Amino acid sequence: MEIEKIVENVAFNILKQAVIYLPEDVKQALKKAYDEETSETGRTQLKAILDNIELAEKYQAPICQDTGTIIFYIKAGSEVKGLEKIEKALINATRKATKQVPLRPNAVDPFTQKNSGDNTGRLIPFINWEIVPGNSLELTVMTKGGGSENVCVTGMLVPGEGINGLKRFVVEAVIKAGSKPCPPNILGVAIGGGADISMKLAKKALLRPLNEPNPDAEIAKLEKEILEAVNMTGIGPMGLGGKTTVLGVNIDYAYRHPASFPAAVAFNCWAARRASARINADGIIEYLTHKKKAGEVI
Amino acid sequence: MAIYHLKTPISEEEIRKLKVNDVIFITGTIVTARDQAHRRALEYAKQGKNLPINLDGLALFHCGPVVKKEGEKWIAVAAGPTTSTRMDIFEDEFIKNFKVRVVIGKGGMGKKTTDAMAKYGAVYGAFTGGAAILAAKAIKSIKSVEWLDLGTPEAMWIFEVEDFGPLAVAIDSHGNNLFLDVQKKVEENRQKIYEKLGLSS
Ligand code: SF4
Repeated sequence: MEIEKIVENVAFNILKQAVIYLPEDVKQALKKAYDEETSETGRTQLKAILDNIELAEKYQAPICQDTGTIIFYIKAGSEVKGLEKIEKALINATRKATKQVPLRPNAVDPFTQKNSGDNTGRLIPFINWEIVPGNSLELTVMTKGGGSENVCVTGMLVPGEGINGLKRFVVEAVIKAGSKPCPPNILGVAIGGGADISMKLAKKALLRPLNEPNPDAEIAKLEKEILEAVNMTGIGPMGLGGKTTVLGVNIDYAYRHPASFPAAVAFNCWAARRASARINADGIIEYLTHKKKAGEVI
Repeated sequence: MAIYHLKTPISEEEIRKLKVNDVIFITGTIVTARDQAHRRALEYAKQGKNLPINLDGLALFHCGPVVKKEGEKWIAVAAGPTTSTRMDIFEDEFIKNFKVRVVIGKGGMGKKTTDAMAKYGAVYGAFTGGAAILAAKAIKSIKSVEWLDLGTPEAMWIFEVEDFGPLAVAIDSHGNNLFLDVQKKVEENRQKIYEKLGLSS
């Protein structure tokens, strides 16, 4: 088969997997939160979330009516042929998924306010490219909800304050967000690089599974410290009070300019939808995040 | 925390029994309205025109559902709540004019709505944000749709529901507002968090 067709099929499948089935690590984190939540109202909310996840799987329907903005992350092996055809394939897959899954049309022209109706438009779906050695192609999709997107923040911290400034920045972002991003949330946090780079890294950090600690032990410690701190806010599930406000904090960084300390916090809602697959040179396709369910969905 | 199963039309007396943190499930008729339907409904009231449906004792749902049409029949595919604060500017007048007893949404509402709920006897039921399938499955049928010229998300959908919930009573008819209480507590907790992180405030 042509690379274009293969990519289109695989992208369609991961889009469908993503909006119907939450990744296992997110489900486990929500179950654990339900077991540990002490606020009765908070528990009711978490129970409704877990019931909803089950119903979505049973009826093969999107978990949330907001099926998000579609963002792809591509790891392209440098030896893969036909990379120029991939963008087209991803757009086709998005159109097909919008019709067939179905997804809510979420791409609006910011000047005319017109909805394209098929989740595509200028630079949407957005594609992040990374060139890696080898001859396989890894596709990841994130369908990013609007409610949690609306509270994402970037800021320029005072370099002299160091990491303490970051801690304050994240805590304030969570307090300000309150009930808006449908907590419990996952936080992608990044520092350095520049205003754009930190937000890009923060958003990408949302792709790291919750059960995978940061490979850097010091940063892993910081993630845990911030997680515990933001869960002391008491915002709780849906902002109705409780100790589960955030399920996980994933940090990434780039080196910074001596005079600036960019920071970014990307919020994801509990409906943290992502899915990945790898297309190998021999044509074998591996579904990386939704192994068990891949058969049912395809 | 008590659990109540209410049937529409809901009486003021039943509403007055509810307190924040109670959980309710509704059976009967609930009607959706977002910004534009609110605006139109209030214009109707001003002009002395009747709404397409009498809302007295019913539940109002802040929701723009995903629907599909099979033959002549509409089916709700996904029907999670939308953010209620956008409707804060209309809701006191809306409650006063149309006597809805329950307002369903996510994220909570402000002081003006809370006061109107106390005055006229209504509660705010928070439905879990994003739990769209849970909501859709409780919708047994779509009785009708009005004002479809506003577009499907903004139209007024009239749903027949069975045990629609859980709805957490987050604003009761006695002036209590759980969201505002939580916000107050969060403000108090900030100091403790700063201390734990070794930050100056
Ligand atoms: S914030 Fe997330 S869970 Fe909430 S409505 Fe939006 S997409 Fe759904």
